[in-house]
Amino acid sequence: MKDIISNINKVFESRVRLGIMSVLMVNDSYDFNSLKEALDVTDGNLASHLKALEERGLIIVNKQFIGRKPNTSYSVTDLGAKSFQQHLKALENLLRAN
Amino acid sequence: MESNINSAEDLKRIRKIMEESSRFLSLSGLSGVFAGSFAIAGALVAYFLILNNGNIHYDEYFRSLSVKETVTLRWQLVSDALAVLILSGISAFFFSLRKAKREGKKFWTPVSKRLFINLLIPLATGGLFILILLFQNHVQLIVPGLLIFYGLALVNAGKFTFGEIFYLGLLEITTGLISSLLPSFGIWFWIFGFGILHIVYGIVMYRKYER
Repeated sequence: MKDIISNINKVFESRVRLGIMSVLMVNDSYDFNSLKEALDVTDGNLASHLKALEERGLIIVNKQFIGRKPNTSYSVTDLGAKSFQQHLKALENLLRAN
Repeated sequence: MESNINSAEDLKRIRKIMEESSRFLSLSGLSGVFAGSFAIAGALVAYFLILNNGNIHYDEYFRSLSVKETVTLRWQLVSDALAVLILSGISAFFFSLRKAKREGKKFWTPVSKRLFINLLIPLATGGLFILILLFQNHVQLIVPGLLIFYGLALVNAGKFTFGEIFYLGLLEITTGLISSLLPSFGIWFWIFGFGILHIVYGIVMYRKYER
């Protein structure tokens, strides 16, 4: 039981962060606006959660210009993918254990 | 107990987001039914109007003529096929847009763009290749070529929409390969591959996901 709990990652204890990670796990990269639409959240809310994930090295930010418009997209890092998978596994185990 | 419910809900939500953000699910079965009907209509136009009630047996007859003599006939067949393609494309867009709107989903997303590109690369390659075949007088390979390249396009696109598209692609490829062995029956393989398969697929998908 202790093992299960230790794998539950506090960083992911937020709907928005779970959502961001879910999208990025199955897509090579995703831009800010599409992410916002996919998760149905506000700019500020999304930005702060993205920042938190970025600071922990779980996702990386790619800034580029498409024409003259700046475009910011996000991808998971290896660490991010690994942590999220562990977190999912822990969630599943928790369900099974109860 | 509460954490139990939460984690179940979280897992469900995660799966849903993963699926919705990686697959375009607004494709409607109705567009399959329409595409199939247009394909059959196009085949009838070709048979009765362009090929003179089937009296112009297109593969053998064509090959015995010089390129010049058949140019008009070729362009008529190309326009007929293009009309089928364009009408099918329009109906696919129309029904998908309608379905997306009805479900409150965005139509133009990173996934639908990826779906489009992955569909278009084999399709455009096939289209150009077949135009070349037509003007190099390999008329008997045109229907097999269309079916095979279209099938490859669907297999390629299957990763970005309903998984069933992948299997429809395999069926189109198989139909194309068989039709290349029976060159005189091109028009029947066209009717089966582009007509009947699409209609059956469309009905199955409509009943499975949209009712």
